[in-house]
Amino acid sequence: MSGGGKEVHELLTEPITCHCWNGDRTKFAISPNNNEVHIYTKSGGKWELEHKLMEHTSRVTGMDWAPKGGSLVTCAADRNAYVWKYDGKAWSPVLVILRINRAATIVKWSPLENKFAVGSGARIISVCYFDEQNDWWVSKHIKKPIRSTVTSLDWHPNNYLIAASCSDFKARVFSGYVKEIEEKPSETVWGKKMPFGNVMAEFSNGGGGWVHDVSFSPSGDKLAWVGHDSSISVVNMAAGADCVATVRHTYLPYISCQFLTESSIVAAGFDCYPVLWSHDDNNQLTFVNRLDQAEKKASGQLSAMEKFKGMDKRATTTGSSDTTLDSTHQNAITQISIFAKDGTGASKFCTTGVDGRLVIWNCKSLESAIAGLKF
Amino acid sequence: MSKVTLSTEFRKVDVDELDEEKYQDEPEGGDDSDSIASREAEVKKFISGGKNFEALKAALADPPLQTKDEKAKKRNFDIVLDVLTRFKQSDVEEAVNKLNSDQVDVLMKYIYRGFAEPTENSCGILLVWHQFAVASGGVGSIVRVLTSRQTV
Repeated sequence: MSGGGKEVHELLTEPITCHCWNGDRTKFAISPNNNEVHIYTKSGGKWELEHKLMEHTSRVTGMDWAPKGGSLVTCAADRNAYVWKYDGKAWSPVLVILRINRAATIVKWSPLENKFAVGSGARIISVCYFDEQNDWWVSKHIKKPIRSTVTSLDWHPNNYLIAASCSDFKARVFSGYVKEIEEKPSETVWGKKMPFGNVMAEFSNGGGGWVHDVSFSPSGDKLAWVGHDSSISVVNMAAGADCVATVRHTYLPYISCQFLTESSIVAAGFDCYPVLWSHDDNNQLTFVNRLDQAEKKASGQLSAMEKFKGMDKRATTTGSSDTTLDSTHQNAITQISIFAKDGTGASKFCTTGVDGRLVIWNCKSLESAIAGLKF
Repeated sequence: MSKVTLSTEFRKVDVDELDEEKYQDEPEGGDDSDSIASREAEVKKFISGGKNFEALKAALADPPLQTKDEKAKKRNFDIVLDVLTRFKQSDVEEAVNKLNSDQVDVLMKYIYRGFAEPTENSCGILLVWHQFAVASGGVGSIVRVLTSRQTV
């Protein structure tokens, strides 16, 4: 189904834990809330299940597809990560020893795809790189000062810095510079000296509530994070570390956030629809609009019986059988990823959620459909 | 068995306190019993002068969030509850609309504490306050009551 700037795929009846796309967007991988990784490919205009990767023994919590190299990395509650390679017929896994004693929660390839970072409930970020001599993946740990589970990660475009959100109410930026495999990094707005594991910056949203997600802007100068206290924050590091804009909004908390351009952020969560926020040069963070406009439901005639039944059971006067939401997603949205880019930023993004749907949103069509919207 | 092993003293040791990696909150605030006493006097003055909204603002300002002293929190809660119950139902909407979003968040925390510790004449008026606080602060304000570690 498509139209109105969105393309909806009802894949599953169970939640989609996480998703990722390959480089040319011809395949995607999802986990159906269990230990399996499903790979879909497009055939005849429809998405078909192509492979099932069954190596994990617990629920898969994170996955990422390297756009250029084509390797897939997955992590799970069984404390393992696998790097998968496709030989044209089958996917073969390589185990990565993360050295963690709690579930892994998130995995992300670095922009240059020479290393990846895994967050975990063991209060550790494992930065993994390939050791040619020994022919295996080695992991280095970032431990301090993380006090709780790492919920999400994002790489800075320079391939050295990692932002981490954490359930100890903080968002932090660490150095992920691995001197064994790469050149010394040059200075950024986040700081000059970057020994591995160095805390470049630490932010709190003030009110408590664990931080669900972090996102770097395309230039890497800004960082956005969303918290469970229904807050969204952006720091513009080019203007200084104390230049933090936090808005405690009136909606349910966001679970995921993603910079689309240097000034626009899309966020989504328990409200089941994505929203757009804008952050301007004067450090003003403002709510722009809901990107999934409420659809008018066709209201049929209700019998008196149905009406009073509904009032009695659910305290509403709408029909007793009508339990659908007025949004495209029918349950919380748990992940946002960029689907396509153009000159200024992202032109399409993809969301998945607990309702088992995958939706691709087209920014240009949304702009023309919703008055006053500008990405 | 010797007598020594029958001792249960060791059970009273809070072993979690000795854990080096124990999560620690932000630093504690000092004792605010003085400020609460002066707040009480200020609020009383506004109420006797018939300025209910000024009394509400004074009662909600700078709540004792950091202190671990439950008595101080209870005393402050009693002051706020006293102000909230003095409002007429028809005046509540106007009062809530004049508060800023931070004040609504604090108000919401006290409303929920009021629901948790109901008294004979408080619940009805608290529901009215709740209705307009939600209209102003949205569900986000309720979520912040649930997630905040800084209780009132």
